[in-house]
Amino acid sequence: MAKKESTLLNMVLTLLVVTAVASTALGFVYEFTKGPIAAAREAKRISAIEQVLPEFDNNPGSEVKALAMDGDSVYLYTGRKDGEWVGTAVQTFSKQGFSGYIWLMVGFLPDGTIHNIVVLEHKETPGLGDKMEQEKSFDKKTGKSWSSQFFGKHPDNFQLMVTKDGGDVDAITASTISSRAYCDAVNRAYQAFKEGGNQ
Amino acid sequence: MNQWKNFSKGFIRENAVFVLFLGLCPTLGVTSTAINGLGMGLATTFVLFMSNIVVSLIKSLIPNKVRIPTYIVVIASFVTIVELTMQAYLPTLFEQLGLFIPLIVVNCVILGRAEAFASKNNLLTSAIDGLGMGLGFAFALTLLGAVREILGSGSLFGLKFIAGDGILLFILPPGAFLALGYLIVIMNKIKEKTT
Repeated sequence: MAKKESTLLNMVLTLLVVTAVASTALGFVYEFTKGPIAAAREAKRISAIEQVLPEFDNNPGSEVKALAMDGDSVYLYTGRKDGEWVGTAVQTFSKQGFSGYIWLMVGFLPDGTIHNIVVLEHKETPGLGDKMEQEKSFDKKTGKSWSSQFFGKHPDNFQLMVTKDGGDVDAITASTISSRAYCDAVNRAYQAFKEGGNQ
Repeated sequence: MNQWKNFSKGFIRENAVFVLFLGLCPTLGVTSTAINGLGMGLATTFVLFMSNIVVSLIKSLIPNKVRIPTYIVVIASFVTIVELTMQAYLPTLFEQLGLFIPLIVVNCVILGRAEAFASKNNLLTSAIDGLGMGLGFAFALTLLGAVREILGSGSLFGLKFIAGDGILLFILPPGAFLALGYLIVIMNKIKEKTT
């Protein structure tokens, strides 16, 4: 079959048909994958909440509060057991990372004590700044990782700043910037908790 | 053309990465581990295979002057399909590759094969060419990822066989260039021997 002539009508028709077919196909794929994509995101968030809160039996995803802070949003998830408030998980961020945003999930007990912290997303240097992830800096001998120093502390009597800046946090070796950003994110979480965490 | 030769040329003789030096952006960007390289390679293979088939099918219906935009639309559609599917069913892999998946659209390997091969050959030959070139690309990415993972983290496909951290440099961008350079040297040696 000979090639079609490049007349205006031919070109317009071809592009129209091709784009119409392509967008229809994509529409179908989008419809099919919409559910699983949302479920995957939700599962990741729920598993992070499960890690940072004491045992709960409600669905924290149904009790969400969003707080606008520093040009972005911080989310508070309330955990309850038998209707009683057991803690709040705060999805927080810092823009002061070495490369881009750092997202953390910080779990607070009702009195404001930090229960646990999980890193959701970051782009810090592998091998240096990524020690903020618990499994990357886990020491088998002590059973602790870098972020363990935060657990069980109350931000009112634990300065959320690296020791270099006069705080109580031992920075990750050679990653002061990442450590500062981590503290910044936890601090923001605590501010959000104080503002909207009491129920 | 001999179909087996047509298929196998993508691995050594006309390998997209080691010989043609095409698609180096994802090659250097995602290959910090073997599994990332394999994931990216297979995603690219799927797009290349499908777009070669479609381009070969519609080649005689497309006016010459709008062929490139048409190819781009075809390729972009398949890339979006891969992106959505991966996001839905392989979320952890998608997190690692995320940024690079949409970039498959502008991967020169794919447009190059559509323009230089699929638009001139019949369906079967184009499909085999797409599969061969794609798997050759996946092979190159997995190999590079494996070398970097072994040297950089002391593991392979996530299985740790040396305690400790390994040579950090190989996980970072400079390590990608170093490893790729040495692999090209080795590949050139092999190529000289086989031809």
